[in-house]
Amino acid sequence: MNHLTAIFGHIGGTLLLLVSSVKFIGTLPRQRARFIEQCYLIGYTSLPIVTILSFFIGSVLALQSGYSMENFGAKQFIGTLVGLTMARELGPVMVAILIAGRVGSAVTAELASMKVYQEIDALTTMNIPPERMLVLPRLAAILVMMPVLAIIANLCGWYGGALVCQYTHSISVDSESYFIALKTYMKPKDIIDGLVKAEVFGFVIILVCCYIGLNTRGGPREIGASVTKAVVASLILILVLDYFVTKALLFA
Amino acid sequence: MTAPAASSYTASPFVGRTFGVTVAGLNKNFGRTAVLKDINLEVKPGEIFCIMGPSGSGKTVLLKHIAGLEHATSGEVRIGEFDAADPETRNKVHLALVFQAGALFNSLSVYDNLALYPREHRQCNEAGIRERVLHALSILSLEKAANKFPSDLSGGMKKRVAIARALVMEPQLLLYDEPTSELDPVMSATLTEIIATLREQTAVTSIVVTHDRDLAFNIADRVAFMMDGRIQGVGPRADFKTPADPVIANFLNPVIDLKNPRFKQLE
Ligand SMILES: Nc1ncnc2c1ncn2[C@@H]1O[C@H](COP(=O)(O)OP(=O)(O)OP(=O)(O)O)[C@@H](O)[C@H]1O
Ligand SMILES: [Mg+2]
Repeated sequence: MNHLTAIFGHIGGTLLLLVSSVKFIGTLPRQRARFIEQCYLIGYTSLPIVTILSFFIGSVLALQSGYSMENFGAKQFIGTLVGLTMARELGPVMVAILIAGRVGSAVTAELASMKVYQEIDALTTMNIPPERMLVLPRLAAILVMMPVLAIIANLCGWYGGALVCQYTHSISVDSESYFIALKTYMKPKDIIDGLVKAEVFGFVIILVCCYIGLNTRGGPREIGASVTKAVVASLILILVLDYFVTKALLFA
Repeated sequence: MTAPAASSYTASPFVGRTFGVTVAGLNKNFGRTAVLKDINLEVKPGEIFCIMGPSGSGKTVLLKHIAGLEHATSGEVRIGEFDAADPETRNKVHLALVFQAGALFNSLSVYDNLALYPREHRQCNEAGIRERVLHALSILSLEKAANKFPSDLSGGMKKRVAIARALVMEPQLLLYDEPTSELDPVMSATLTEIIATLREQTAVTSIVVTHDRDLAFNIADRVAFMMDGRIQGVGPRADFKTPADPVIANFLNPVIDLKNPRFKQLE
């Protein structure tokens, strides 16, 4: 029972944080330097790992599906399968998991240490709301960078699949027919659905990580505890939200 | 300070007012331990008010209540006519707190630590800000540290940056938490002069938590002595030079007796 009230308390607190950050949306133009810095930290520095990971996920998908589709002569649809799976599911989810681990943890660590070393208190006495200076630019940056990262993940995954199909002897589907299959059976909505998912995941991760960071209490040890909490909460939220968002998008 | 040039800068709405502080029946518990017990204080506008007392007696916690960072278990703190615990008060009263540990922004250089406040509140253009920041830095002999980061500073330098950051804010109510605790004797004297001069020039109300007897006995208008969460005595500084209360007398002028040391008396 106590746990339940605590969870609802945290959900309420997170929503309040969202409201009190969005309230300052008008200040975003003059905070563009912070916004750009966050875009760089969230987006640009995540590029290498997003590229490599999604390339290999696309490749593995092609390998596995090549092996299983061989049996009923459906090899020509590997492109469709890799394309759809990357765009609708694995692209957004993988990017979200990477963001939770790379960016969410860093955000929580930074805000938690600011809280523990009284920097947040200093901001408060200076009448500079931490929501405006610390949360809003991050939320704005993730909204801009998530779709970009998801598109890059999709492209890398698709090309990874294409390469595997072409050069794996037992599959040998040339990339031309791979991409024809990919194009024929994919609708723009499939890609857009994936981007919507990425957007939702990224936004929720950053919001929750900011909330946990800002609500750290105690000494340096609590910074580590907060980071762990933030990453675990993010991963759970990604997978739970994944189900509900997918359902909403498929049957909306 | 150069006058704000463009109309996009909001002029400070605070100029020319100063605020007193009233603490009435303030109690604060952390869990089950009572840290502040029925504190009543009246700090007059423009006053230099020192709070002294043993370590752990609740001075920092009291200061945080005045700054609106802690919420009272019961009782209230008022700044002028405003409730200190109400976040809206920060839009009406311009206060600065020098934290005991400095609380510098570790990701910002010393210059940016000082410039943050005028920038965020768009008080003047970048040239005006620069002038203000450099002036504050020079008062505390920190010119050479402007481009350093807090992690590269000594303890005393951090403290001076924290003080400079408060000066740049040009506040109406200045709260210092042990401002001289990490400073050398000359710097402590300088800071004592700064506090007094600032009050003369801008009539800022200053509440100074300190263990520094020189500071308190040279510039305080009144001194309060805190002991175990209570106010043990309040009065003009002259009263504390030869205090009647033996507890206060013993705290302010402890006798160093090697033949019969204190720590042995405890055993
Ligand atoms: N956040 C907190 N949670 C629990 N107890 C606290 C908290 N902050 C302070 N205390 C307790 O309140 C008491 C007073 O602390 P405070 O920091 O005000 O002392 P102080 O008078 O400023 O001492 P010093 O001169 O050493 O700075 C201490 O016993 C401390 O343990
Ligand atoms: Mg203290």
